[in-house]
Amino acid sequence: MSQHPTTYVPKSAFGKWFESRLPIASLVHSSFIAFPVPRNLTYFWTFGAILVFMLVAQIVTGVFLAMYYTPNASMAFQSVEHIMRDVNYGWLLRYLHANGASMFFVAVYIHIFRNFYYGSYKAPREVLYILGVIIFILMMATAFMGYVLPWGQMSFWGATVITNLFSAIPVVGETIVSFLWGGYSVGNPTLNRFFSLHFLLPFMIFGVVILHVWALHVPGQNNPTGIPIKSGKDAVPFTPYATIKDIFAVVVFMIFFAWWVFYIPNYLGHADNYIPANPAVTPAHIVPEWYFLPFYAILRAIPDKLGGVIAMFSAILVWFLMPWLDTSKVRSTAYRPQYKFFFWVFVAVCVLLGWLGSKPAEGWYVIVSQIATAYYFIHFLVVLPLLGLFERPLPLPNSILESVMGVQKGGAGIPVGANAEPQSKG
Amino acid sequence: MMKRTLLIAAALLGLSAPAFAAGETPVPPQLSWTFQGPFGKFDRAQLQRGFKVYREVCASCHSLSYVAFRNLSQPGGPEFSEAQVRALAAEYKVQDGPNDAGDMFERPGRAADRFPAPFPNENAAAAANGGKAPPDLSLMAKARTYERGFPWFILDVFRQYSENGADYLVALLNGYHEPPAGFQVPEGGHYNEYFPGHIIAMPKPISDGQVEYPKDANGQAQAPETVDQYARDITAFLTWTAEPHLEARKRLGFQVMLFLIALSVLLYFTKKKIWARVGGEVEGHATPPMTHNP
Repeated sequence: MSQHPTTYVPKSAFGKWFESRLPIASLVHSSFIAFPVPRNLTYFWTFGAILVFMLVAQIVTGVFLAMYYTPNASMAFQSVEHIMRDVNYGWLLRYLHANGASMFFVAVYIHIFRNFYYGSYKAPREVLYILGVIIFILMMATAFMGYVLPWGQMSFWGATVITNLFSAIPVVGETIVSFLWGGYSVGNPTLNRFFSLHFLLPFMIFGVVILHVWALHVPGQNNPTGIPIKSGKDAVPFTPYATIKDIFAVVVFMIFFAWWVFYIPNYLGHADNYIPANPAVTPAHIVPEWYFLPFYAILRAIPDKLGGVIAMFSAILVWFLMPWLDTSKVRSTAYRPQYKFFFWVFVAVCVLLGWLGSKPAEGWYVIVSQIATAYYFIHFLVVLPLLGLFERPLPLPNSILESVMGVQKGGAGIPVGANAEPQSKG
Repeated sequence: MMKRTLLIAAALLGLSAPAFAAGETPVPPQLSWTFQGPFGKFDRAQLQRGFKVYREVCASCHSLSYVAFRNLSQPGGPEFSEAQVRALAAEYKVQDGPNDAGDMFERPGRAADRFPAPFPNENAAAAANGGKAPPDLSLMAKARTYERGFPWFILDVFRQYSENGADYLVALLNGYHEPPAGFQVPEGGHYNEYFPGHIIAMPKPISDGQVEYPKDANGQAQAPETVDQYARDITAFLTWTAEPHLEARKRLGFQVMLFLIALSVLLYFTKKKIWARVGGEVEGHATPPMTHNP
């Protein structure tokens, strides 16, 4: 994070002494104070800060919950009720943590779709983007294991359904499932290892977040125009401009968060999870948390078990290829009129898949799931590669400053390719 | 903004997930509760009546394992006096031990004890109740719900509707009727309009006039001694047992909201003032990044 020239000069004698031994002050200065930020960022760019806040909030509430929680199949449910009833502000800690997971996903989905819309995944930010996808996968694993810990009916049966997916893998599938379970069914060993991993993974996320922020500081932030910073006039220093904006956005997000925690704390959960886990009784509908529903719909759309598992994992793995699947040289969808249409269709398909994931896999729901799943992959594998070759993008502004100030200088800015002709690859 | 709205809609879309199998089950009517909304509080007299219904009717089959006698005198609940709670607890026999001789013994209950279960274990409960143990009631008001469907589940977020479990319980307790013509009720089952599948193991638990309510100055019962009123009172009580800190939660929530809104207003104007410096020329240019893309 220190490749930017910093104007930081330690003032005190101690500062100078320390700086020559560990230049952390100048690192912070160059990364979070002097760091140039495009001046035209919208509030969609505050979700990075919101996500850091959510990660820290989850770790802090989680560490305190772990002081009271008992990861044992015969005591877990009871210990959660102990937290809810007897621990001072235990109800607050648990509702913050449980709803915090959902808020984390609300923020990450906005962050991801912002990245899709403004082409932030394209060169030179591929590594930054791939690290983000890795964080998302780690988040999903962490959230899944966290939902198992209260050991209610949906915890138990959700764990059974999801871990069973791995049995679809040929030859080694059954062995993998036994390792996940620590036995021949979901039970106490499963709960123990999930608790251990649920505690570990957030710190791994934290590590990848540091890499993600580091990778962000090399090319700098993308912005609504998608064109890079060309002069100092296009940018403002991170502090105080981005700092105050991020703090404001975090506090507004906290209001949204508080609404769920204090007024409808169980809305995002399942009633069945207030029934203790019972291996002898299967709930009528086993449904994952809302943030997994689109992927769950893709899983169930394929009639074959292994095929469904492959489709579900591919739905995320295809994200890794996005920087190379998208052939358009224009980053921001604001200048891609045709892609804008496809982008919103894609958003609608994701919402539709989420709704289908909450419905039973029967009747016409299955057919619609299959069509939506097919379109999901068509978006990545057909629309993204082909559209970039045929689309006529709108003219880009000459600079961020020009786009902000609305300066019109004769022509219409930088032509893309040979004056708005269809692009050719390469 | 539109994207955000859509994403939130996406976030909410999955939540209509039903806890029960779909069927020809009618939607429970939405009732008015004193504990609903941002300033909701329990009605103490109602909780005390509900507790009486639990004690005289439900407790013969259903445990209430997560609730201690002492909870009955805590703020935000039925708020019996501590002396009342001590006297109440003493009426129960609680197993304790082993003592110095290594024997288990029975002693009168204390305020710190949890409600003793009516059966020694789940198998005994099942054996005495036609093969299925009656569920514990501590969390019942949060462990049951009904499907809301589109668009209600979205509106529920804004109007803070979280009494779906309570509405379902009242409907269920009122839902015992003669089965419609041609509907076969198997032996040991009972017809209930609101129970998913309509066959419930629990027989009609309560009838009009079964529980005597406290009298007011005129010798009139405090509330009607009807099944519907019993159902509402026991449900209010079970909402409290499921969520004993509901009042504290909503009270703290209001304070947190006020604080956050005031803070966000201050931050908004601070942000505006700072950004006002960014006119045509940025004061103190930022250094452009060294790495450039094509």
